Amino acid sequence: MIVQALAFYLFAGILTLSALMVISARNPVHSVLFLILAFFNAAGLFVLLGAEFVGLILVIVYVGAVAVLFLFVVMMLDISFSDLRKGAMQYVPIGLGIGGILLGELMIIYGGWKFAPNMSENLAAPLLRFESSSNTQSLGMILYTDYVLAFQLAGLVLFVAMVGAIVLTHRTRAGVRRQSVAEQQKRRPEDVLEIRKITSRTGV
Amino acid sequence: MASQEFLIQYLPILLFMAVAVGMSVVMVLGSLLFGKQNPDPEKLSAYECGFDAFSDSRNKFDVRFYLVTLLFIIFDLEIAFLFPWAVALGKIGMFGFFSMVIFLGILTVGFIYEWKKGALDWE
Amino acid sequence: MISDFNLVPLLPEIFMALTGMGLLIVGVSQGNRATPVICAAAGAALSIAALVLLSLGWDAQTVMNGMFRFDEFAGFMKLLVLIGLIASLALSSRYLTQEDMARFEYPILIIFAGIGMMMMISANNFLTLYMGLELQSLSLYVLAAFQRYSVRSAEAGIKYFILGALSSGMLLFGISLIYGFSGTLDFTVLGKTIIGLEQIPIGLTIGLVFLLAGIAFKISAAPFHMWTPDVYHGAPTSVTALFAIVPKVAAFALLMRLLFQPFADMQEDWFQIIYFLSVFSMVIGAFAAIAQENLKRLMAYSSIGNMGYALIGIAAGTAQGAGAVVLYLMIYIVMTAGVFAVILHMRRQGLAVAKIDNLAGLSKTEPALAYGMLILMFSMSGIPPAAGFFGKLAIFNAAMNEGLYVLAVLGVVTSVVAAFYYLRIVKVMFFDEPADSFDKNEGSFARRVVLIVSVLFVIGFIIKPSILYECAMHAASALFTVAG
Repeated sequence: MIVQALAFYLFAGILTLSALMVISARNPVHSVLFLILAFFNAAGLFVLLGAEFVGLILVIVYVGAVAVLFLFVVMMLDISFSDLRKGAMQYVPIGLGIGGILLGELMIIYGGWKFAPNMSENLAAPLLRFESSSNTQSLGMILYTDYVLAFQLAGLVLFVAMVGAIVLTHRTRAGVRRQSVAEQQKRRPEDVLEIRKITSRTGV
Repeated sequence: MASQEFLIQYLPILLFMAVAVGMSVVMVLGSLLFGKQNPDPEKLSAYECGFDAFSDSRNKFDVRFYLVTLLFIIFDLEIAFLFPWAVALGKIGMFGFFSMVIFLGILTVGFIYEWKKGALDWE
Repeated sequence: MISDFNLVPLLPEIFMALTGMGLLIVGVSQGNRATPVICAAAGAALSIAALVLLSLGWDAQTVMNGMFRFDEFAGFMKLLVLIGLIASLALSSRYLTQEDMARFEYPILIIFAGIGMMMMISANNFLTLYMGLELQSLSLYVLAAFQRYSVRSAEAGIKYFILGALSSGMLLFGISLIYGFSGTLDFTVLGKTIIGLEQIPIGLTIGLVFLLAGIAFKISAAPFHMWTPDVYHGAPTSVTALFAIVPKVAAFALLMRLLFQPFADMQEDWFQIIYFLSVFSMVIGAFAAIAQENLKRLMAYSSIGNMGYALIGIAAGTAQGAGAVVLYLMIYIVMTAGVFAVILHMRRQGLAVAKIDNLAGLSKTEPALAYGMLILMFSMSGIPPAAGFFGKLAIFNAAMNEGLYVLAVLGVVTSVVAAFYYLRIVKVMFFDEPADSFDKNEGSFARRVVLIVSVLFVIGFIIKPSILYECAMHAASALFTVAG
């Protein structure tokens, strides 16, 4: 039990600190690296909650793909980050103000938090079915059946993302050598090969 | 918090992480404490095969690189949906099976578009 | 397998998704020269979807594990969305070739945005709500940046994307608080949970606040309107037309379903927020528009103001108020489509122009167009007997019946202020020295049809206002019957 609590505070502490470093680090590459650290710690928190699947997906998708994309953008874009930073200080008071309001709201929520009286009934029905299965399996048992509509909509969102990425960035360029299966299949040996009988000591 | 029996499965990973963090901290701190620190401008400059750096490393890069990464992320997410499905396939029956088939069908249409459009061609 | 699995109410959406994907494959094998054909096919597909929608039984039902609700309200609002989408497609087809952005993905993205909007309208679960909203927004972000070699269009796309993502974040935060409180994402269960409460806890209220802030971004109600003028100005004009016409209807339908169904018992809490949003939007819409020189920016502020009027109907909180909102939105989309048909017509030497001054002396150069615009402007400013007057009348009437005198009076006052800038356009068209005439537009048949239909609707509405009023009231009353 004590290890559990210790792990929680460790993950939560590092998560908060690295999130702070993400916005305060001078070097943007360091920011992204701290972001990755933050993702890892968030994954740890999810595992502590028993949501292994979400935790590990966080590592695969966010650390493995999204953060790498960030790193890629930050390292390669032709942007002077010191110029970007100039004048950012004038927004600090507003930022602090909004942050303070949000913090206040969170504290009010935390202080006055109550669950609905029938919350456990609302939750209990689906939970009973999964007592004997692992987290990933229980997700799988409802995601594709009970939540089929949301699942298919997720497919459509990914589809639109794919189309959108191509619409906005793809350029047809000249001189691309593309594979044409039909042409390859049409090619016959007679068209391109010639067999000659060469008598010895004469040459072609 | 999750049950203790569940979390105990993750104990090796926790221990492993503790050892990994501990060792790297020891190495970094050790070299910081016991190494001889004697910096000069030449030592601190970026190393580029022995000569001075020609230019800034930040350049305008072709947007194609980003396109490839974006498409990778989209298919990465698609794969993420396959894990729970594969684990639960025995229990969700034909309905669950075809639900995934339709999902994959939608993304396959996207893939055909991507391929025919030439977004995967490089040169 | 889920117990209430039934695809019939989803048929229009399924049909649109299938044709959208089919057209994409056709487009990619034919290349961009097929764009006009695909635009026409997409228009036909949307019309067929509307016919399919009309042929469904409109009895209230909840399907797909309670995630999708279909009733008369949803059906009616979806019909409005489909009509708006068809109108904006008709407006764009010629513009696309003129602006050299005729790529076949354009109509396809419109179809998918439409699916997202229809999902928002039918959402009966926060998951469906969010997925629909994202499907819609993602397609619209891409459309805003569609003219990708234009810096303005790219800026519009990025601005819309970043602020849209921010608003989605707020929406999700609100949803997570509501879920944390109630343990359910389902609107029906949530409604029952809230009815059973003796006292509304603060956590739920704050969740509702964030939820409303997120949706207010989407309907561009002040003070969440900052993105609207820049995005409307920067996006290609045909896309601006789409933004002004359709997404608001879907977001309003979503807002009404949320507030009148699951959150009906928290009326005292959301009333204040809606009241505030409404006042702010009307004032900003009226006063900020006065200084605008560009018609697209003017329409942006005009839409902010119009959202303010429509919000009055929600603040009334009655079936009558909801019906007035539906009627108002219906008239709004028809008028806006007409105005954008005029704006899209404005081209000089092959370049699109959108300054108010460019309209100078239009009554001499193109009298038919000038009189059309005159009627639309009268309607926009709410001068009887044009249709816009009846929309406002219904809204203010609903507000007065509930004793919201301040809102109604403020609505009338801001309408008068707004009339100033609408009538300024009329003055520029009729009394200023003629500027050079616009280019002759060939092949803009579809756009002309939109303009004519819009003008006829605006004039003809007075002949029998009761028909559409009854329809709107009937549709809205479906929101107030207890969910089965």
